[in-house]
Amino acid sequence: MNSSTSSTRLISTLGLVAAFSGFLIVFVFQSTKPRIDENKRIAIENAVFKVVPAGAITQRSYVLTDERLQTHGQGEDIYAAYDKNNQLIGIALSGAAQGYAGIINLLYGYNPRCECITGFKVIKMTETPGLGDKIIKDPAFLSNFQALEAKLNNDKNALNNEIVTVYHGKKTHPWQIDAISGATISSRAVGKAINTSARQVLPQLFSQLPSITQLDGKYDKQE
Amino acid sequence: MTSRNKDAQITMDDFLVGIWRENPVFVMLLGMCPVLAVTNSVVNSLAMGLATTFVLLGSSTLVSLLRNFIPKEVRIATYIIIIATFVTVVDYVIQAISLDLYNALGAFIQLIVVNCIILGRAESYASKNSMLKTFINSLGMGLGFCIALLCLGAVRELLGAGSLLGHPIFGPGFEPWVIMILPPGGFFVLGCWLLLFSWFKQSREHKNQHKTTAEVANHAG
Repeated sequence: MNSSTSSTRLISTLGLVAAFSGFLIVFVFQSTKPRIDENKRIAIENAVFKVVPAGAITQRSYVLTDERLQTHGQGEDIYAAYDKNNQLIGIALSGAAQGYAGIINLLYGYNPRCECITGFKVIKMTETPGLGDKIIKDPAFLSNFQALEAKLNNDKNALNNEIVTVYHGKKTHPWQIDAISGATISSRAVGKAINTSARQVLPQLFSQLPSITQLDGKYDKQE
Repeated sequence: MTSRNKDAQITMDDFLVGIWRENPVFVMLLGMCPVLAVTNSVVNSLAMGLATTFVLLGSSTLVSLLRNFIPKEVRIATYIIIIATFVTVVDYVIQAISLDLYNALGAFIQLIVVNCIILGRAESYASKNSMLKTFINSLGMGLGFCIALLCLGAVRELLGAGSLLGHPIFGPGFEPWVIMILPPGGFFVLGCWLLLFSWFKQSREHKNQHKTTAEVANHAG
């Protein structure tokens, strides 16, 4: 076979096939995008209701940009949940940390009234089934997050006590998380994810809280 | 002339060959990466099987359609572009159907691009056969792959989680064999299925051999 095909032919073949595939992908991307966005929104919404105290019926999402809360923009996502009297009863924040087998992404609930963490929900993780994934179902471990203390100091610029995970059975303070025996690394990752986020976000959020304590629609109209 | 005649004939065998005699998993041992990795539950196996079947059907049909147009120098590159396109389509569709499923399958959806069953079909079958014939053959291969994944997934979910399709089967007293959901369980179950298949094949060959020798003996007698 010494009669080789001309380069133009090769290039045009690849070009045509690539153009066709580009067209197909753009078409599918456009037609599935609304559904995918909707799925993502529902997933987040369900997770928010899981981590804030029971009784929440509405939620609003904000973005914390340059220490100010806005409805749109780039920055830390803040999900505020309100009860039937339109009073703020909880805030959901996201955190992430390296676990045993990959990054653990989670959403945790913060109650500004008791200044405590009220629960967490893993959004994405790849922890070992049967060992690391106990962090989402072990009842003793989850009971750590009924009222995990996350108080700010007197100057309101840092956490009073860092949230830490301690070895199983060594919990002595309300800001400590009792690890699961046999899944210490995954338990620690949960503590680290919450602490890293809380340490950074909560002091910034504190000054902004009055603007979102009540759901009166005022904030929404500003956009 | 004869080759064209052969090409035009579409037999049931074109369809069945992928399911049984040349089953991509149990006979050809292709695509082991998704076979071992995502078969930890029936739902994951089914989704992976269907996704692969779709990509296989789409890409090999298109390759077959373009087989006289693609110069042989750039054929592999063209096949990969076509396969990658269909994989991207599947990727978006699964995200639109269920994010949980998408997260469970992880990177293995994207890795269908390098699944050797698909590239193998494009190179060894689709580039030489008519579109309809390729379609039938790919459908058989895809179904064969699905069945194989379900065989593994059902056993692993049943033993590893005590459930089928998420419904508990054995009741609360059953202690799941977690090892079955973990990677070693995949190797173990695949090994058992292969053992079963080769035992079956061997016993049949043995029987056939017996029959022929008996016939020969009869004739001689």
